Amino acid sequence: MKLILTEEQEFLRDTAKDFAQERTPVPHFRALRDNNDQNLWDKDIWQEMVNLGWSGILISEEFGGSNFGVAGISVILQECGKTLTPSPLFSTGVLGAYAISNFGTQEQKEKYLPKIVNGEITTALAVDESSHHDPSKTSLTSEKNKDNYILNGKKTFVIDGASADVLIVLTRTSGNSGELAGLTLFIIDSSADGLDKIKLDMADSRNYANINFNDVKCSNQDILGALESGGETVESILDIGRIAISAEMLGNAESAFEATIEYLKQRKQFGVLIGTFQALQHRAAAMFCEIELTKSAVMAAVHGADERSNELQRLSSLAKTIAGETLHLVSNEAIQMHGGIGVTDEYDLGFFIKRSRVAEQIFGSSTYHTERYANLSGF
Amino acid sequence: MQNLEEFRKEVKEWLDKNCPPSMRSGADPSIPVDEVWGGRNAVYKNPESKIWLDRMGEKGWTMPTVPKEYGGGGLNAEQVTILNQEMFAIGAKQPLLSFGIWMLAPVLLEYGSEEQKKEHLPKIIKGEIRWCQGYSEPGSGSDLASLSTKAEDNGNHFLVNGQKVWTSYADKADWIFALVRTGPKEPKHDGISFLLIDMATTGVSTKPITLISGKSPFCETFFDDVKVPKENLIGQLNAGWAIAKALLQHERAFISSFGLGSGMGSGRDLVSIAKKYIGEEDGKISNGFYRSQIASHKIKEHAFGLTFKRARDEGGKASATASMFKLYGTEHNKKRHELMIAATGINGVAWDGDEFDKEEKNLTRAWLRTKGNSIEGGTSEVQLNVISKRVLGLPS
Repeated sequence: MKLILTEEQEFLRDTAKDFAQERTPVPHFRALRDNNDQNLWDKDIWQEMVNLGWSGILISEEFGGSNFGVAGISVILQECGKTLTPSPLFSTGVLGAYAISNFGTQEQKEKYLPKIVNGEITTALAVDESSHHDPSKTSLTSEKNKDNYILNGKKTFVIDGASADVLIVLTRTSGNSGELAGLTLFIIDSSADGLDKIKLDMADSRNYANINFNDVKCSNQDILGALESGGETVESILDIGRIAISAEMLGNAESAFEATIEYLKQRKQFGVLIGTFQALQHRAAAMFCEIELTKSAVMAAVHGADERSNELQRLSSLAKTIAGETLHLVSNEAIQMHGGIGVTDEYDLGFFIKRSRVAEQIFGSSTYHTERYANLSGF
Repeated sequence: MQNLEEFRKEVKEWLDKNCPPSMRSGADPSIPVDEVWGGRNAVYKNPESKIWLDRMGEKGWTMPTVPKEYGGGGLNAEQVTILNQEMFAIGAKQPLLSFGIWMLAPVLLEYGSEEQKKEHLPKIIKGEIRWCQGYSEPGSGSDLASLSTKAEDNGNHFLVNGQKVWTSYADKADWIFALVRTGPKEPKHDGISFLLIDMATTGVSTKPITLISGKSPFCETFFDDVKVPKENLIGQLNAGWAIAKALLQHERAFISSFGLGSGMGSGRDLVSIAKKYIGEEDGKISNGFYRSQIASHKIKEHAFGLTFKRARDEGGKASATASMFKLYGTEHNKKRHELMIAATGINGVAWDGDEFDKEEKNLTRAWLRTKGNSIEGGTSEVQLNVISKRVLGLPS
């Protein structure tokens, strides 16, 4: 496993970079927030991304995708992260596409994948049920009733859940909260009877929802993967999600860092550039090193995913931990080094720290993944 | 070019025939282990250490990529990988530890004259001459370029007077590569030359420095009217600073490998120490607070190792990142040792006597030794300066 990009991946990165810088620079996100946009992402922009083939990166050619792999989608998310580009690419192009491509039946693949590729549907993955990520603590029930399953319970913090057309839901068919056994995934149309979406208003102004399930009816055909193997299946999907979001967080950190270095080179106080102060130089150098470590961890995890490495889980926890810690550090330091303007709404840095703290929680915080890393490492 | 599989077969056969049993994994533990640094005064507790050094040196495989005309192995990168793989497969010991190999040889190859390369490289490669480094002085630590050991032009030789400090193993070395001031009137960076000095020359003397670990790996080295032949100047007169910096990059690269747990005398595993002294429950270190500190450290170390690998895969754009590796490698190594002694508890600060085992007493000393890692070869603060100026382009 070489920790470099292939030509194909570099090409994707360059395309994504141009797109993010030209079509969705930070003011694009600001406008969506200021206008209190319904979806908090722009439908036309999303269609442009779809037209570039991005929603089909993890989908095979058979269903119209390009099969460029996790490395392909991650370089795109990293570039989009630099400009805080909001879109359903993570929820649909990563989570939905990966879940259905890898665990769906032929029928499910035929039904959903071409529609993901052409932008007809967006998807969301509903896992968490409380303030902290923990798939084993699933208690939303799916009770068998003749040929059907009846879902009851509540999901929290569903990414892009307010707008998704299709939901992949983690449910409990047997066992108790705290166990990964007895879990089953279902694919459900978000307009199903008994399903109630409550849009969340989060600090990062992105699209999230809590979702109530009141006697929502599913059939055998709606099960994703095998009955009661949802714990293992969802961990596999989540690991890809953790790696992809880490790439996006790396992009966030790179961008906030770059803005800070530029500022140190132009802001004058006491008659000199503040970048001459060693008190700031050393902290900037330390951030540079943390970002370099994050690049390596993300790249190793990305390639580990594409090569189906048996280290994948550990690499995923490594990447999410480091990406979380680095973005946390950089988003704090960026504000402090900018001084007063750093805490004004007019300046973009506030968006980065708000995004940071929300993204840190997505699919497990650094604390969660440090614990998981220790477990997976045998201590 | 020779077929690589044929080369692998040759290497295998050669190692099979030439690597002595005590130099491989599975060696008889009752045979004493030498730390082989070579040189005129080397003493071997195990005669096979010397045999192994001589055979590898003869092949040039202590520096496999150096051209054969300078005594090296003349191998390409692919062949070196094969050699390393085959040595690893039988657990072959590194035949030679050497500042000559790690620091001097790379700059000799870049800056030395043909005669200098032919004279010095083969002796480094065979381990015949042991080198030490004469950089720091009592008044010149982080501000290395302010050094004042002077070398005056006396016609056919330089006359050297002054003092160096922190010269590693100077009391055991045969030669020293030293920075000397040859241009007292020039700006400080433009009056420095890079000089090779035979330690056996009249007027050179050394005195060991006892460190907080109780050991004396470093010396003070004194030069009192030492006559050094003109042909021992590397590069141009007063142009030594560029060579000094190039050598520092190599030194930093090698010191930073400590952080990967592969450094000298660090065969200790943090997790097994913690499990042994703190205890374990269901395979987990039983104290949650220690466990989380160790996990955080392991994660950083893992990412650091991957960064090392990435730099290599990218083709080793070493100069820009050497400071980062030095900084992180040494800071991680210090942190790892702090965690190890903490996990070992009171036995982790044992000094002497029969109540503590040898490994515990060694750990105390190893921990104290690491405190020098972030000072030698440029302090962590100097590395941060280098990164902020040269990598980030922050103003001075």
